[in-house]
Amino acid sequence: MSRIVLAEDSVLLRDGLKGLLERFGHQVVAEAGTAGELTAAVAEHRPDIVVTDVRMPPGFSDEGLRAALELRERQPELPILVLSQYVQRAYAEELLDSSDGTSVGYLLKERIGHVEEFVDAVRRVAEGATVVDPEVVRQLLRHRRAPLSRLTPREQEVLALMAEGRSNAAVGAALHVSEGTVSKHFGSILTKLDLSLTDATNRRVLAVLAYLRG
Amino acid sequence: MHSPSLWRALRAPRYLLGGWPWRSAAYLLSGVLVGVATLVSLLLLAVTGGALAVVLIGLPLLLMFALAGIPLAALERRRLRLIDPAVLADPHREPDGPGLAAWVRVRLKERATWRELGYALLFAFVLWPLEALVVGTVLVVCGGLLATPVVMATVGGGEEVRVLKIWLAHSYPQAFAAALVGALVLPLLAYPLGVVAAGRAALTRQLLSPREAAVDSRIQELGRSRMRLVDAFEAERRRIERDLHDGAQQRLVALSMTLGLARLENPGEPLGGLLAKAHDEAGTALVEIRELIRGIHPQVLTDRGLKDAVEDVADRSTVPVDVRFELPGRLPEPVETAAYFAVSEALANVAKHSGAARAEVRGEIADGELVVEVKDDGAGGADFSGGSGLQGVADRISVLDGRLRISSPAGGPTVFRVRIPCILAHTAATAEPATPTTTPTRTRT
Repeated sequence: MSRIVLAEDSVLLRDGLKGLLERFGHQVVAEAGTAGELTAAVAEHRPDIVVTDVRMPPGFSDEGLRAALELRERQPELPILVLSQYVQRAYAEELLDSSDGTSVGYLLKERIGHVEEFVDAVRRVAEGATVVDPEVVRQLLRHRRAPLSRLTPREQEVLALMAEGRSNAAVGAALHVSEGTVSKHFGSILTKLDLSLTDATNRRVLAVLAYLRG
Repeated sequence: MHSPSLWRALRAPRYLLGGWPWRSAAYLLSGVLVGVATLVSLLLLAVTGGALAVVLIGLPLLLMFALAGIPLAALERRRLRLIDPAVLADPHREPDGPGLAAWVRVRLKERATWRELGYALLFAFVLWPLEALVVGTVLVVCGGLLATPVVMATVGGGEEVRVLKIWLAHSYPQAFAAALVGALVLPLLAYPLGVVAAGRAALTRQLLSPREAAVDSRIQELGRSRMRLVDAFEAERRRIERDLHDGAQQRLVALSMTLGLARLENPGEPLGGLLAKAHDEAGTALVEIRELIRGIHPQVLTDRGLKDAVEDVADRSTVPVDVRFELPGRLPEPVETAAYFAVSEALANVAKHSGAARAEVRGEIADGELVVEVKDDGAGGADFSGGSGLQGVADRISVLDGRLRISSPAGGPTVFRVRIPCILAHTAATAEPATPTTTPTRTRT
């Protein structure tokens, strides 16, 4: 269970999200409708995690993200999950660059629909994991097309899922293969891309993301 | 009215001490040389062209005659800088396409070309002889007077000399007196020299400058109304994008969330299956609406500017694209929008037609213009005549007085180049995070 500050300017969605998070046992300690309210609420309530929208008043541009980055600057270990109606590699990169890239998540807003995965992402970010939307990972994979062409399609899938922030077990479950098979693919990726990665999930996620960003 | 510095210099007491008399002389003297060369060239072209016209070889020569004013006018505009530092703009348009044929076609249709031919004829038959007369008189009078003692010593054998073929001087004191008069007359003649040069320059300026003032005011009004239409069109797109984003998209997310929760509560059949189906369809609708919004007006363009927006398009392209942008910060919004849609269209064409393995997008500010170039290593020979998307791109660019040029020779490469005049926004290159004042404000309807 986490204590959450929730920032989202659409009341409809904010109420829905609050209900959803509370149904899974989290506690929404404060709700914010603007970037300023978010900053104030975090200062007041010291939450375990912040869940925020990117586009918020007053400018309806990327105030939510800017507030999130500012919060991270002041409090580098504060977990933040940023939701956005469209994904932008630049936004993901700014988040990953904030403190050391741990305890951040960047997801398309529509992932909320997959409620269990979404709540799982909230939990992982709160625990220090890095979670990146598959859409961002897809953009990153395209960005680094040339070296990745050495991987088999299966290995590319494994790499993509790792970049999203999944553990070996979770990758195996998503691809319906055993954890051992995932490890084997992982070894082959390391050799082909000439990477040295640990088996510890989150350090590996960050290393893979750093590699993809080039 | 433009007041060249020569007129001002003429009124100043220090006129004689500065470089202006010399510049005036150089202007008129070089005018004589250019005038003679023009006369000879025009006569040669007209006579040989006319004589050979029957056997067709003469036709290109006659065409050259018709276009002869263009290089002369270019030279005259440069020569004008001798006495008038204000640059005279070129009145000609950029040709529509590459190649000589396109250039000739555009030039023959322009009034400026014919005005310049008129100038060339006037120059060849009237102006340079007048200039020669003025410069010649000054040279002969001053030179003749100053040289009197020398002529006396040489030709006159120390006995006598005719000063300017009028007076007879019999002794050296008389000869030196004539030279002294010459030295005194010289500065006086510098004034008519300056006046003639300034008048000549004013005439050149009058005849060879672009005719902005002559443009029908209705055309200007049409241009303005076209600009307003594009602005309105763009504002409308923004409004639709915002409405979709704040309305339909949010509701669909909420719907998808509710359906997701309902599925959790009701895993059993038959409701579970129906809920799963509805959930999937809501998901598909969300993907579609996201793509739709991006096509109408991408938020990344508003939020982050041209470079990030172009990188976004490049990331999505099926052909690998290198993006190299060097921009000093944000550009005016209409420029960013036009350039963005141009790049999108160009990259869509690369993906569809070129068979290219790589493409490159480059952007920079050069000479007050945003220059964006999309280049691929495909087979070339692309035909863009039928594309309505491209027409829209060209229209947007032309409203901003920009130019779109596509070259796609068989064998490649296809190069798509956009130039848009661009006054830089004052925002600094280093974007400061968390400054709400720099983000575009938005009104809700």
